[in-house]
Amino acid sequence: MLPDPASGLVRYSQEGMATTQDKNTAAGSGFVYLPLIAGWLVPGAGHFLLRKWGRGALLSASIVGMFVLGIAMQGKLYGGAHDILDILGLAGDLGNGLLYFFSRILGLGADPVQVTTADYGTRFIVVSGLLNVIAAVDAHNLRTGRKS
Amino acid sequence: MFHPSHFTAVLLFALFASVVFGITQRETPRRMIRYGIYCFVLFAGSAIALSWIMFLIAR
Repeated sequence: MLPDPASGLVRYSQEGMATTQDKNTAAGSGFVYLPLIAGWLVPGAGHFLLRKWGRGALLSASIVGMFVLGIAMQGKLYGGAHDILDILGLAGDLGNGLLYFFSRILGLGADPVQVTTADYGTRFIVVSGLLNVIAAVDAHNLRTGRKS
Repeated sequence: MFHPSHFTAVLLFALFASVVFGITQRETPRRMIRYGIYCFVLFAGSAIALSWIMFLIAR
């Protein structure tokens, strides 16, 4: 804070303060939405692109682990939207990105529910998709410099 | 196929969700770990508390 004797105003110095431009430079250059899209398609990939190896590995292990356990519990993958609950389930499943599409192609999660744990499996799959969306948005925030 | 008990399913759910919450909702590694543990305890603790409440109501 520097008082200006000529004008009587107080001037503030930005020396040492992080500006938006500095943050963007630190986060990297290129397509700003790449970590968001990569993180959605492949869990943890957004963080890997930003060289956050530890965070990316933990996120990837958690999300893929939850999805695989959901499939192993004979959880259902939502394929169509017939009512509002199906639409919400489909939106959650789509959050898994390529995991969802490959599983649909392989015919996983299509068997009718026969055991009690299958319902838990369905929830695991939906929640892993929602967690993946949170992780992808986190990668975007890291990319834009909103988060360090 | 994998058929866990109800409580095992709760613990697995709490573990995975807590890891993601911890990493995404805090900035420093120390605070991430603390928040992750906090979320895990809340997930598991609330499941146990609600189970006891439902058990006592059903009696």
